[in-house]
Amino acid sequence: MYRYDNYDHQMLADRVAQFRDQTQRYLAGKLSEGEFLPLRLQNGLYVQRLAPMLRIAVPYGMLSSRQMRKLAFIADHYDKGYSHLTTRQNVQFNWPELGEVPDILAHLAEVEMHAIQTSGNCIRNTTTDQYAGVSADELDDARPYCELIRQWSTFHPEFAYLPRKFKIAVCGTRRDQAATQVHDIGIYIVKNDAGELGFRILVGGGLGRTPVIGSEICEFLPKKHLLTYLDAILRVYNREGRRDNKFKARIKILVRETGIDTFREKVEKEWQVLKDGPLTLTDDEIDRMRGFFHDPDYRDLPAQSEALQSALSKDVMFSAWYEQNVAAHKRSGYAIVTICVKQTGSPPGDLDTAQMNFVADLADEYSFGEMRITHNQNLVLADVEQDRLFELWQALKTFDLQADNLGLLSDIICCPGGDFCALANAKSIPIAEAIQRRFTHAELREIGEISLNISGCMNACGHHHVGNIGILGVDKKGEEFYQVTLGGSASNHTALGKVVGRAFSQEEIPEVVEKIVTVYKRHRESGENFLSTYERIGMDPFKTELYGEKPAVRH
Amino acid sequence: MSTYQLPKQLIANCELADNDWLWLGEDAEAADLQAIDGAQHVIAPVALWLSAQDQVAARQGHCIPWLGSADLAAQLAESVADINTIPMIALFFPVFSDGRNYSNARELRTTLGFDGDILAAGDVLRDQVFYMHRCGINVFAMREDQDLDDALKAFADFQDGYQVSVDKPVPLFRRR
Repeated sequence: MYRYDNYDHQMLADRVAQFRDQTQRYLAGKLSEGEFLPLRLQNGLYVQRLAPMLRIAVPYGMLSSRQMRKLAFIADHYDKGYSHLTTRQNVQFNWPELGEVPDILAHLAEVEMHAIQTSGNCIRNTTTDQYAGVSADELDDARPYCELIRQWSTFHPEFAYLPRKFKIAVCGTRRDQAATQVHDIGIYIVKNDAGELGFRILVGGGLGRTPVIGSEICEFLPKKHLLTYLDAILRVYNREGRRDNKFKARIKILVRETGIDTFREKVEKEWQVLKDGPLTLTDDEIDRMRGFFHDPDYRDLPAQSEALQSALSKDVMFSAWYEQNVAAHKRSGYAIVTICVKQTGSPPGDLDTAQMNFVADLADEYSFGEMRITHNQNLVLADVEQDRLFELWQALKTFDLQADNLGLLSDIICCPGGDFCALANAKSIPIAEAIQRRFTHAELREIGEISLNISGCMNACGHHHVGNIGILGVDKKGEEFYQVTLGGSASNHTALGKVVGRAFSQEEIPEVVEKIVTVYKRHRESGENFLSTYERIGMDPFKTELYGEKPAVRH
Repeated sequence: MSTYQLPKQLIANCELADNDWLWLGEDAEAADLQAIDGAQHVIAPVALWLSAQDQVAARQGHCIPWLGSADLAAQLAESVADINTIPMIALFFPVFSDGRNYSNARELRTTLGFDGDILAAGDVLRDQVFYMHRCGINVFAMREDQDLDDALKAFADFQDGYQVSVDKPVPLFRRR
C-alpha cells in the first residue's frame, strides 16, 4: 500500500498543528460556531445527537494491521470501545470529546492516517472496488489512480469551499462493487481500440434526496490527463454549481440543469487551458504509484488446494462460509476472504476493540498485514492461501466474525440512523436487526443473492436507492415510518429503486420484507436472483402482496 | 452610492501595509467616480470600471476593478488589451464559504498570466488565508475583527502542498 515520505508526513504534521490551533481558538471563543464549522468538518468532526462524531479517512479502504491497531487504541482511549465502518470505506467513532480530537489526530498521524476532508463541502475520500489489485478479472489496479486523486484532492486550495460535498470512485474490475455510477465523478478504467488503458468518466451521479445515475462526459481519457480533466470538471462546478439552495447544490443538479452536452463543452473549454500543463501525469509518477501497490511475495502454489478440498467435504458450516464469503483470486492457490461484519445482534459495520485487534492479527498472519474496508461495511483479507482458509475460518469464530451471509439478505448496508445521527428522521439499526432476526440461516441461503439497504433519512448514507430492497426512514407527523423501494442496484447496471407504495411502521417492516421475498420465491425461475425476477415481473405482484388490492397509480 | 469600508491596514506580500484604497459598492455609477478626488485610489465594480475606461486611464493606475463571486476573470481579460496594465485586481468574498473567487484567483495567475497584485476583501478570515495565498492572492483586506498578527501566521500553516501554487509552479509529484 501507499507509504508516506517526508513531504506527506510534514503536511500531516502541519495539519494536526493547524487543527489544534483552530480548536483552541474555538474553545477560547475567538472563532465563532459558523466559522469553526467547515474547519472541523474538513477534519471529519460532526456534532451529533449525543456526542461529536469523528470520521477517519481510510483512503480507498486500504488499511494496514498497524493502522487497525491504532484505531483500536483510539476506540479504547477516546471512545466507548468500538468503531463503525462506513459506506465510503471510512471508519467512524461516535463518542470522542471535541477537545481531544487534536490528540486523536496526532495519534493517527503516527500511522499515516488522518480525518482530512471526510466531511464538508470539499472532495471526499476516493473509493474503489475492494478487490482492486487481486481480482481475477480486472483491467488494471485502480488503487494507484485513487492515490493520485487523493494527493491531488488533499488540501486542494481552489476546491475547499465547493457548493457541496464531492465524491469520486474509480473502478478497474469488470464487476463493479464500488457503486461507481452514483458518484459525483465515477471513473471506469477501460481499454480503447488501440489496446491502451484509459478512463471512461461519468459525472453527476449521486444519491441523497435526488438520486441520479451519472452521465458519460468522456468516453476515453488517456491516463496522463486524469488530473487536469478532474481539475477542469471541478472548476466548472466550483463556479457554476448552485449556492442558493443546499439541496440543489450537488453537481448532479448542475449537470441536469445545464444538460450533459453543454456541461461537457464547458469542461472541454476549461480543460484545453489545463491540458498538457504541469498537472499532466508523467509515466514516472504513474510507475512510482504503481510501485506502492505491487504484488506481495506470493508463494508458488497449485491451483487446487487439497487441504481446502478436504475441509470442504468434511465441514458443512465451513463449506457454507466458503461458498458465500470467499472469492476467486488472480493468483493460483490464493483466495479473497470477506469478513462479514453483519452478525445479527451487532449493528452492521460495527467492530469492538477486541475484534479490531484480532482482525489486525489475522491480517498479519494470513494476508501480508493488510486489509480493506468495503462500501458494504465489511472487511476483506485479500491475499489468503487456500490451504489456510479452514484455519482462518476457525479463528474467526473465536471473535464472532464467522458470519457467512455475504451478499445475502442479512448483509445489510445501514447508516447509524436516529440512534446517533442528528440528521436522521428514523432509526435504522433496530430495523436491520429485526429483519436479520426474521430469517433463519437456511432461509437466507435459500433466498440467495439480494441487497437490502437502509437509510435513516433522505441523505441516503445507507444507499437505500441502490438496494434491491431499499428502506428509507421518513418522518410522518413526528412518527417514524419507513418507505420501501424495490429494484435498485449499485452494479454495472446501476438502477434506482422505485417506491412500492405508502410507508410502513417499524413493526411492520420485517413482515413486509418477508412478503417481498415470498413474492420473489413464488415467481422466480431457476437460477434467477431477486433482481432479475423483479425486472421480469415488475412491481405489481409485490404491491398486491403488500397492500392487498393493487393501489391506484399515484400522480 | 455605497462604499465598503476597507480596514486601515492590509496584509500585502506577508507584511502589514497601510491601506489607501477606497472601495466603491455595486451601485456606484460613472458620476460617482467622477466626483472622487483624482488622487484618491479607487476600487470600482468591474462593470463600472469597464464602462468608465476614460476615467480609469485619467487616474493612471489608481483605479482598479473588483470582481464579485459571479464575475469571471476571463471576461475581464477579454475586455482589455493587456490585463497586465492593471496594477491590482480585487476579489470580493461575500461570505468566507463562497469559494468561487478562488477559481478566479487561480485563473488570473495561471491561464491569464496576471502578475499584478490580487486583493481579497470581504469575509476574509485568518483560516482561509493560506489557501487564498496558494491560489495567487497576495494582498488581504482582513475582516475588521480579525487579529492581523495571527493572520500573518497563516502563511506558514503548511510548508508544502501537493498541487500547483503561486510559489510552486509544478505539482509535488514533479518535485519528489
